[in-house]
Order: sequence, then structure tokens, then C-alpha cells
Amino acid sequence: METPLTQHISFDRPCYNLRDYEKNGGYQAFRKALSLSPESITNTVQASDLKGRGGAGFNTGMKWSFVPMNGHYPVKYLIANADEMEPGTFKDRMLMEGNPHQLIEGMIISAFAIQANISYIFLRWAYKKAGRLLTHAIGEAYAAGYLGKNILGTGYNLEMYLHTGVGRYICGEETALLNALEGKRATPRAKPPFPQVSGLFGKPTIVNNVETLCNIPHIINNGPDWFKSLGKGNDAGTKIYGVSGRVKRPGLWELPMGVSMRELIEDCAGGMANGYRFRGALPGGASTDFLVEEHLDINLDYKSVAAAGSRLGTGTMIILDDHTCPVGFVHNLEHFFAQESCGWCTPCREGLPWTEKILLSIERGEGRPEDLQLLETHTRLLGPGNTFCALAPGAMEPLQSALKYFREDFEKHIDQKKCPWR
Amino acid sequence: MVRIYIDQKPYDVKPGKNLLETCLTLGLDLPYFCWHPAMGSVGACRQCAVKLFKDENDKTGRLVMACMEGVRDNMYLSVNDTVAHDFRSQNIEWLMSNHPHDCAVCDEGGSCHLQDMTVMTGHAYRRFRFPKRTYQNQYLGPFLHHEMNRCIQCYRCVRFYKDYAGGKDLDVFAAHNHVYFGREKDGVLENEFSGNLAEVCPTGVFTDKTLREHYTRKWDMTMAPSVCQHCSLGCNIIAGERYGALRQITNRFNGAVNGYFICDRGRYGYEFVNDPGRVRQPVIRSEKEGRNLFENLSGILTEGKLIGIGSPRASLEANFALRRLVGEAHFYQGIPENEALLLRKILAIQHSGHMYTPSLKETEYADVTLVLGEDPTNSAPRLALALRQAVRIKPLEKIAGANIPLWNDAAVREMIQDEKGELFIAYPVNTKLDEVASGTLHAAPEDIARLGFAIAHYIDDSAPEPQGMDARALESARRMADLLKRAERPLIVSGTSLFNEDIIQAAYQIGQALEKGEKKAAMCFVMPECNSAGLAMMQAPSLAMAMKAAETGNFATAVILENDLYRRAERSEIDRFLNAFKNTIVLDHQENDTARMATVLIPTATFAEGEGTLVNNEERAQRFFQVFMPKNEHIRESWRWLDEFRQFRDGTKPDELRELDNLLEELVRAMPQFKGAEMAAPLSDFRINGQRIPREPHRFSGRTAMLANVAVSEPKPPEDTDSPLSFTMEGYRGMPPAPLTPFYWSPGWNSGQSVHKYQSEAGGPLRGGDPGVRLLGGGIHFSNGFQSAIPSAFERQENEMALVPLAHIFGSDELSVLSPAVEGRAPRPYLALNSLDAERLHTAEGAVLRMRIGDQVFDLPVILKNELPEGLAGLPYNLTSLLGITWPAKGILTNTTS
Amino acid sequence: MIAQETLTPEEMAEIDHEIALVPMRRAAAIEALKIVQHHRGWISDDSLQAIAGYLEISPEELDSVATFYNLVFRRPVGRNVILLCDSISCYVMGYEKIYGQIRDRLGISFGQTTSDGRFTLLPNACLGTCDHAPALMINNELFRDLTEENLDEILDRYH
Repeated sequence: METPLTQHISFDRPCYNLRDYEKNGGYQAFRKALSLSPESITNTVQASDLKGRGGAGFNTGMKWSFVPMNGHYPVKYLIANADEMEPGTFKDRMLMEGNPHQLIEGMIISAFAIQANISYIFLRWAYKKAGRLLTHAIGEAYAAGYLGKNILGTGYNLEMYLHTGVGRYICGEETALLNALEGKRATPRAKPPFPQVSGLFGKPTIVNNVETLCNIPHIINNGPDWFKSLGKGNDAGTKIYGVSGRVKRPGLWELPMGVSMRELIEDCAGGMANGYRFRGALPGGASTDFLVEEHLDINLDYKSVAAAGSRLGTGTMIILDDHTCPVGFVHNLEHFFAQESCGWCTPCREGLPWTEKILLSIERGEGRPEDLQLLETHTRLLGPGNTFCALAPGAMEPLQSALKYFREDFEKHIDQKKCPWR
Repeated sequence: MVRIYIDQKPYDVKPGKNLLETCLTLGLDLPYFCWHPAMGSVGACRQCAVKLFKDENDKTGRLVMACMEGVRDNMYLSVNDTVAHDFRSQNIEWLMSNHPHDCAVCDEGGSCHLQDMTVMTGHAYRRFRFPKRTYQNQYLGPFLHHEMNRCIQCYRCVRFYKDYAGGKDLDVFAAHNHVYFGREKDGVLENEFSGNLAEVCPTGVFTDKTLREHYTRKWDMTMAPSVCQHCSLGCNIIAGERYGALRQITNRFNGAVNGYFICDRGRYGYEFVNDPGRVRQPVIRSEKEGRNLFENLSGILTEGKLIGIGSPRASLEANFALRRLVGEAHFYQGIPENEALLLRKILAIQHSGHMYTPSLKETEYADVTLVLGEDPTNSAPRLALALRQAVRIKPLEKIAGANIPLWNDAAVREMIQDEKGELFIAYPVNTKLDEVASGTLHAAPEDIARLGFAIAHYIDDSAPEPQGMDARALESARRMADLLKRAERPLIVSGTSLFNEDIIQAAYQIGQALEKGEKKAAMCFVMPECNSAGLAMMQAPSLAMAMKAAETGNFATAVILENDLYRRAERSEIDRFLNAFKNTIVLDHQENDTARMATVLIPTATFAEGEGTLVNNEERAQRFFQVFMPKNEHIRESWRWLDEFRQFRDGTKPDELRELDNLLEELVRAMPQFKGAEMAAPLSDFRINGQRIPREPHRFSGRTAMLANVAVSEPKPPEDTDSPLSFTMEGYRGMPPAPLTPFYWSPGWNSGQSVHKYQSEAGGPLRGGDPGVRLLGGGIHFSNGFQSAIPSAFERQENEMALVPLAHIFGSDELSVLSPAVEGRAPRPYLALNSLDAERLHTAEGAVLRMRIGDQVFDLPVILKNELPEGLAGLPYNLTSLLGITWPAKGILTNTTS
Repeated sequence: MIAQETLTPEEMAEIDHEIALVPMRRAAAIEALKIVQHHRGWISDDSLQAIAGYLEISPEELDSVATFYNLVFRRPVGRNVILLCDSISCYVMGYEKIYGQIRDRLGISFGQTTSDGRFTLLPNACLGTCDHAPALMINNELFRDLTEENLDEILDRYH
């Protein structure tokens, strides 16, 4: 089984510096890319069917293809979204701490493909170690001539800056991230216009997730067909999957796209911890719908997870066990989302705190029978398109599925006027 | 036109608009909060949700926000769809989860957009059972009251204040459901347009603090369409009264003039009407004190020759009535000679046919603007707001290719970033607009004129070239010449503020040079007062000429109309002038030094108590209507008094009806240059279905009770013989013609947001056309003095400073500063100096210098303005404590402390 | 407005570096806040005025940005700032017990500072180390797999 993303990652030794990375084939993909036309790189990436690993799952090459290449835009930007803040998600941290040059090489190739001359890594504030390693690695890349002016004598220029955020989940939304980079409040922007046309400082911009960008060198090295062959079913490539919660071995694994949920939980994570029973899981971070026992054998690719009523999201799974109150679990999520609403649009700003308050009151045994209907109204009306961005619709996914799969638990709280777990 | 289908009905609509404005234009009631016709869409409030279908067969559809969706051909949508309706209703419920429901004690109640939209969506019962979040309010100064708990976070306030008006000290703080709109700390909101927040805010977060001092619900006010009296732009306003006090001024939309916004001087400057020190009774100081007013007046008026002094702050009708009383030959303008000269020159330019005189709205579309010798923020504030929009025109053109509709406000601003079009400002000191200007020059008036001449020369080298210009000014002149030549819609702003004829001449020469290149430049001239243009168009001589005439003319009586002459010339000169007459009849509503000198002082109506016509700087004649009948029968319009004077004198029978109409008719006959002024509004016999237009909303309350403490029987309502408006709630219920609209109201739309019902399309001109008649067509010729030579450069004098008058939005206008709120924002008297001059005088910031102008002596604290050229000293213009300076002036400064 | 506090030459140099990387001064707002907070621990009203003046924006514009973000401190904090993850994986793995223990041990709840100024305790969204929940950060250091046993020892390292 090939694990291109993690093959050079080991936490038993210091991460690769530039020399080690180069010795193991590093920057060969970039050298190869320089001999190709930007358009053909984009076509290759599009043909590989690499989908965005940040949660939305949009074809990366296609996203790039919307960037105007007609020379009317002297300034363009490429941005790595390293603001990993989706609760239960910790994969990008591993990629950056484990092999910072892989990300940098991916970014350089991507920037070259859209002919951007300035790139940023928008890094989460809390990722101190990743920040140190990336700063060092960027310095090495400049010194080696992979960044800066006239890169490797080709006349191509690229600057790369590390920007660390000051904490807001919404910064992970690409247009909010752009506002944060402009030194403003990170409220999302209306689309259209898309960032590919009017992004950072109003200039064409591509924002890609860290894991997405880390795949780029491997696709350039090995070709789209190789990449497609890595996946098991519907989707191409490998994926960093993760499991957290009451399992024997929480962690991250690079697996072929489309591995089954059961394989992930039982084989990789070692199954449920002793004394805990599986009740459900959020397959791809806090803003995905619960999957339950009946879904254990579905494949974790975009299509299959969607067919089961959820989303692959970030591919990092959070397990709900039988010692944890589902109402408390969902309340914790909604508290998070309500706090992280940027405050721009009405349904999110006012609706999320309301659901949070209802859930807290149910959890405290103060719930009323009509509360469930009110919660359902929220899950229905805070849907995509009704709100300004995807935060509130994402927040409703675990709630709506919890109301479906764990309704009895909600009702018990209301009937017994207390939380059965407390 | 494109075809769209709304709830299965086909409509042909304008492309390029968004669905919300389209629905409103079609008369459909679709609720909204964050969208504003002047500020576009941002999609924040989510209130205007409608169902959009893929095609005619799609029965599912999806919700979209109408404000964020452009109109396309063959669009199928539904406003009435249940899902859309339920969502809009739920959205209100969300907004209400933190709204305090304090309507009963909220100043917005009854004209609250949030109330209207809540009722419109059908939301009635709230399920939110948790404590509401609460905020602390801030002190924001004398103009606005702040009540944050009512906020529904539509972001309109910051979008208006920061993005539209360029304010810096209001913003949004914190995040999620804690967002807060206010200042960083308590303090006075600095922006000159802050008062608009009271109208921009859809609920009661920002409300008019002066209204609060004498609060009345909108539905309980008697209102009339009016025109602002506080600068030459003539912004349209609505004025409201109850119990004999003027309570509130709000914006009256005029698509060609002020649009949706007025300045704070205009909004808050109204309280001179309620001033307890006002002239309310006739005062007789003649020797025949025992006799009554009318006996006295008949005596005085028949005793000898009359001289009439008109006023630029009185209506056309009042000035004309005076002219008719005293005779054309004895009628004078009541303004200094220099001011009269400048105005004559401006009118000559405007009537020359060579230049284009833009409306205020049109100045918003200029792509290159040159401001010569004006500080619009202070001399014509609403123009400054227009110029702030104009600097966006050029960048907007650039993004036309990006396929972003202009109503998509946040996206447009993001793409433009800090890019600005060309605006060059030449003025002696920094102005607030400098921050959006691409170039500035701080120079003496002479050198500003020279810059103008140089620009004209670089556009057309046959125009004379000023010699000895410094390199920086030359560079600016070359650059501006080049930009103006290439501009599509060049605009030159100039005016009377610096009292310098050469500046106006230079502006004209630039226009001429451009015209040679077959480009008509728009020329916008700022004038001193609300009817400066109207008075100047009468072509009467100045006050200085009146003074000369008084010496030789053997006049027995001077009749002075609404004019404090002590503001127009040195005190000793005015004393001498007034002492030349046996009697002086002063007609005014304000007690001032001139009024105190009157032998007979006649109380006159303010704009709120009478009708009249004003001509603004672009020569638009606009009618203002009486708001209420003063309780005291002696308070009458000046023109009515003057007409009565004529009748006493001539013994003619008074006209009983159509008095104002007759006067206007006669005015136009006597002075054809005013042709059209009589059509500024329908005549007094105008009726719709035989009915008058009510000044009071039909919910007006307490009519039978409000005067019960005086008499239990309801008094007969006053009759209006001069206009088609009634003083009651009875009358025509439909939409009146635009010039007669006393307030905005439409079923379900109680707040001012209902204005779109009065427009031909949402955000567009009023139905039947925006009010006002331009008088530019009048075939009159003004003697023109285009021959002035290029002045020599300004040189600092060793023993004398050249003084420049610096206009102040709060303080430089005689009447508005009588409002306590405005007075509180006015500067204290000062003397502005360059620090090098201060050093020469051994003085420093804050120290007092003695300034001598002719015979007058002023002791003034120094403030340092280092951009001010050496040899110049700036004085705040027309402060009540700094009057009687004849501009342009020179002063001798001495340091009395050393 | 004249700020009562001014920026130090070191702070200005660091902010200048950030300004050089962006098209307009105000775009360095967040970086400038971070720099000053790094030096002073938090952003006082006076610091805010000083930064705003340096960036040529109004204090309102800067505070609008400062108050939006979780980790710009507009109130004083203790010598050590504990950021305790309260997100979902840590919830499942029992962060509430850790919180209870910190409360007992230090006598402070979320948002509070010990009277000796030693610690400020703040809740924090997911720290991205969910396979080692529960977790917290003190200043710049991450602590994972917290237990009631190792917590006391960790707190003891900070004075």
C-alpha cells in the first residue's frame, strides 16, 4: 500500500530538512513542473481528480482553471489554508510537523500553475511547532533558490510568507481567511465573485487546504493515473484519516480513499476502548452528520458518505460512545459553532445561540416537549443558501442527525427532567 | 427589458438590477433590512428571501436572497411561496430573540422599519424563552441617542458611516451574537453626516437626540415639504411640528439634489424656530409710541422715501415684495459689494451657455474633479458627500469587466480597495476631503487662482500663462490639465467662500479652455446662503451701494428684510447707515443687533411658519411650505407683511385669496429671469378629487383633546390660502405630487423607508420627476467681467497679515448655530497661523494675539496650522462673536503679552 | 489624538517589517496587534491608540479587528495563560474533570486570573491534537493526554 503523503514522516526522528528531503526525491516534482506549461499542470491536477481535502471536496484542478491567465492580472496569490480548527481535526498539523517541505513544494508548484508571485501559509496560532518548522523550511527553500526572484534561473518569482492567525474558526472559510489576511474582521464574503477572480486585496487568488497541496508534488511526479489508482472506489488518491474519542488507539493513518469505516475504527484504531460501546461517529469533523452502527461498512469516500447522509469532510472521525450523553455531545458542538459565528448574518448569529440554549436547557433537565420541534425547525431553516456561508448549515448537520438517531435520548431528558448520564 | 415571472405572473423589468429592487419597483412588499438603495446589497440580514426556480417546470426551487440575485431573462420566482414566507417570518423571530420590544418607549415607534417588516412577515408569537443579551449604551454627542439593545445587526450604520460618508469613529466590535456598533469609547461622533444614522438605522438604536427633547410620534406631527435654509445647496427636507414647536427635520428625497442624505447642520439647525428669545411681537420704538402698530406703520410708510434692504436668507417672494414696496430703484441686496460682485460673476458664467451647471446628484458622477478655493465639507456639506462618491467612479469603470454588478457593494469595495479617482483640492488649509484627494495645494487665494489660470493655460495654450509659479504648483497644474482634458465628465467646484474674484475667473477660464477642446465642463459654484442665487438674480445693487444712496438719497425710512446688517460690514459703518434714517423698519424672526436698532420691529415667520421659494446654487427654484400656523397672529411671512405695508401706504384693497400665487405671478412678470419659479410646486388651487393634501397622517391623535386645557370645544382648524395643503388629517389619501409630499407613508410602510413607493423605481427619481425648476433657461444677460488679469503671486507682508475666512459647518451659518446642539459643535473664535509666523510674533498655540482690522480689534487665541502659507492668518468665518469683517481683509497682529 | 503610550523602537521595527509585506499599512493590523501583545502581554486602550496611530487608522477601526478575534487580549492577563480545549474530542475524553481540577486548584473559572497574577484561564476551541485529548496549552507549550495525576505537575512548572 502506497502512502505518498506520509512516507517520509516519522516522529521518532527530527523531520527532514531540505537536504534530507531532496535526497528522498524532494523538489524533483517542482523541477519537472518548471519544464511544463502552467496550463498543463492545471490539466494534470484536474485529470487526477484530486478533491479539496479541507471539507468541501471540489476538484482542485478545476478550481485553478478559473484563475484568469490572460496576463491582465499582474498580481495573483496562492494561499495554503493551514488554519485547521474544525473540532476533531488534526491531520494538517501532522503533515506540517512531519514534512514541512512537502507542503512548500506543493505550494510552489501550485503557485507556478496559476502564475502567482506571492504565497501565504495561513497557520493556526496554536500550531507552534509547525510554525517553527515551516519558518525554518521556508528559509531553506529561499536559500536553495526554490523561492525568491528568478527561481532556478527560470525568471519565475515567488515570495512565501507565514501568517499565523489569532483564533477564529471562521478563518477556515476561504473568503473569511482572505479578510483576515487583509488585516480585517474575518467575515466571509459573498460568492460570486469567487476568490479566483477577486480574492486577496481584490486580486485573483487560490486557497487550498494543506493536505490538498501536499498531494501536488506526487501527482506531478507520478501522473494522474497513478493518483487515481491509489483510491479504492469512487475517489482518487490517499487520504489522511483520523479517529478520536474512546477507541483503543486514537490517531491518524494514510489510507486509500474509500477505506471502510469499520476498517478504520477496528483495524487502525483498535476498536472501542474497553467498557465502551460504539453509538455513532461524525465522519469528518464537527460539522458532519452522525453515522451509526448500520453505516459501519460504508466506504469513506465523498460519494458513499454522502449517500449515507453525511459528508466525508476532513476525514477525521469523532466517536460517540455509550458513556457520553448525545445531548451534551451536541450541545458542546453547538456551543462551539455559536461562539464561532462571525455575527454577519441573522440566522447564524441568532439561530445558533438559540439552539445552544435549548440544548443546554434539555441537558439540564429543563427541556420542554416543543423544544424538539423548534430544534428541527432550526436544522431545516439554517440550511445551505439560507445563511451567508456554510458555518451554520455545517453546525446543523450533527444536530439534525442526532435528532434522528438519538431522539429517544433527547426525549428521556425531557421526560425525566434530568440528564440520564449525570 | 427582460421578462421575469413572479408567482406565475409575467413582468417586463429593467436588467442589471437585483431582485429586491425589482420587486419593490413592481410594488411588491418584500421585507429587507441591510439593503439600502444608495448603498447596495451585502446579503447580511437574510430578510428578503424568495424562492427561485430553475425553469417553469421546477416546482421545488431554492431560497435565494433577492438582494444578492441579479435579474436575468426568463427567471421564475415566488415571493408568496410558503417556504420563503416561513423563512422570512422565522428570520424576524431570530432578530426578535434579542430585541427588547420596548416600542412603547422607543423613539422609533411608529416610524420603525423593524416594526413594519415584522408585521409584514406575519411573525407574531415568540418562542425564545431565554434571557436576552444586553449592552451598555454610549454617549455619542448632542445629535444622536444610542440604545444598543434594540440593534438587529444589519450593519447599515457602519456601512453608511464608514463606507459611504468616510467616518472613522464608528465601527462594529466583537463577534457572534455579541457584535456591537458604536465608538471605541464614549464621545462625540465626528462625521458631519452622523444624523443620517437615525434614518439609516431600521430601528431605534440611533435616534435623533434633539427630537427626544420634545418628543412626538411621527403620526402625531403636522408636517410639510420644506427646503433646508442653512447653505446654498437647497437640500429637501421634511419638517414636523406639534403644539407650536418644530420638532424634527428629516430627509426628503430629491433624486436630483440630496437623494437620501442631508448633513447635520441641516438636520439639527432648526431650533432657531423654537428659540425663546425670538421676535414674536411687534416692537415700536418711535416717538409716537402711544399709537398702535398700524397707525404707526401707516404714518412711517407715507412719511417719505423708502429704501429696501433685501436678504439672501429670505425667500424670493419676500425680497420681491420688498422690491415692490420700495420700488426697483430703491431695492438693494443687503450683502457686501464684493459678495455681490462674485455672485454676479457666477451667474454670468452659469447663464453664458458655455458651461454646464450640474445638479448636486450629477456631481457624484464626475470622473475628474478640481476644487478651487472651497472646503465643501464646511461650506456646502452635502456636496462633500457627493464628491466622496465621485472619487469611486473611475475605479468602478475599471472593474466593469469583472462582471460584478454595482449593487454588490461588498464585492465592489473589495475589488476597488483603496483606489480612488482624481480629485484635486486647492484651499489655504487642510480640508476633510483631502483624505480622498489625489492631490492638494495649500495656498493663498491669489495663488489658488494662479493655479487655476495655469491649468487653463496647459489645457489651451492660448489662455494666458501665469509667470513665476513654483515648481510644485506647476507640476500640479500640468497634471490636472492633462487629467481634465482626458476626463469624460470633468467637474470644477469653486465658489464664494474665499471672497476672491480671480478664483472664479480662473475656474471659468478652465471651463472655457475645455470647451475649446469640445468638452463641456461641469461648473459647480458654492454660494454663501440659501437664497443667494435668487437674490443675486434680481440684479439689485449691494449694501455698499445702499450706504452711498443713503448719504445722498434723502430717504426717510429703511425697510430691512431678515438681515442682520452687522454681519455684513463694520459696526461703525452700519451704525452710520442706520442713523441716516428717521425710521428703520426691521422684519425678522431673530433678535439681533439690527433688530435692536429698529424703530419698528416686525415679527416674521420662519421657514416653518410660512411659504416661499428659494433658488439654490444650481439655480433650482424650490418651494418650501408652511408647517404650522403660529399661535400668534403677528407672526406672518415677510412677504405678507410687506404686501400689507403696500396696501396701507397705497390704500388698496387687500387680495383675499391666492396671495402667494399672485405674488409669484407678478414676480415672474416683473423679472422674466424667474420664469418657471411659479411652477416649482402646484398652485394653491390645486386639488386631487377636490381634496387638499393633508399635512397630518391619518393616525394623528388628540385633535379634540390637545387644546382642551385652553378650551373644551375644538377650535376651527386654520385655513391655508397659499397652498394646496391642509392643516388637518383630512384630505386626499393617495400619493401627492412630489413637491407637495409632506411625509412618506404607505400601507404597511410607516417609516421613511416607504419612500420607494413614491419613486418611479426603487432608488430612482420621484414619480412625476424630482421637484424644483431650473431657471437657467431664463433669457437674461448679466454684465460679465471676464477680463480680469492674472493676479500676482501672494507675498508675505512684514507688518500685516492677509486674512482668510475659514468656513465651519457648525458655526459659520447664522441661524443653525442658534440650535444648542449645533452651537455645542461650533469652534470657539481662533486665529490660525503657520508656526513660523507664530515664531515671528513670539507666540504659541493657545496664546492670545490682538488683531486689528481697520477700526476693529479682536483678541484671539492662536492655533497652529502649518499647512497655512506664511503671511496668511485664518479666521473662522461668520462666527457670531467675530462679525463685521469685510472680506477679503487684512489685519495687523500684535502680541500684547510680550 | 495623542496616544499616552508610544510604541517601542523594537515594536515599530517589527511592525514595519510586516507593513512592508502588504499593499497598505492597515493590512498589517492583526500582525501589529500580535507584536504588541507579544511584548506587553495584552492590548490596553493606550496600546490600541498607539498602534492605530502608527497604522494611520482610527482606534475604532483597529478595535473592530482586535475584538473580533479570540486571542487578542483586550484585558490584562496573568503571567501564564492557560488555554484549555473545550471542544468535542476533549469533551468526550473528559476535559470537564480537568477544568474542575484547575478550578479547585487555582480558584479561577474561565475568563479569570488568579489574585497573584500567576495564571489566567481561558477556554479554547479545538487545539488539533484530538488523538491525545484532553489537552491544554500554557503560553506556547502544548500538553496532551492530561490526567488528574499529571495536571498538578504541569501547573507547578509555571510561576
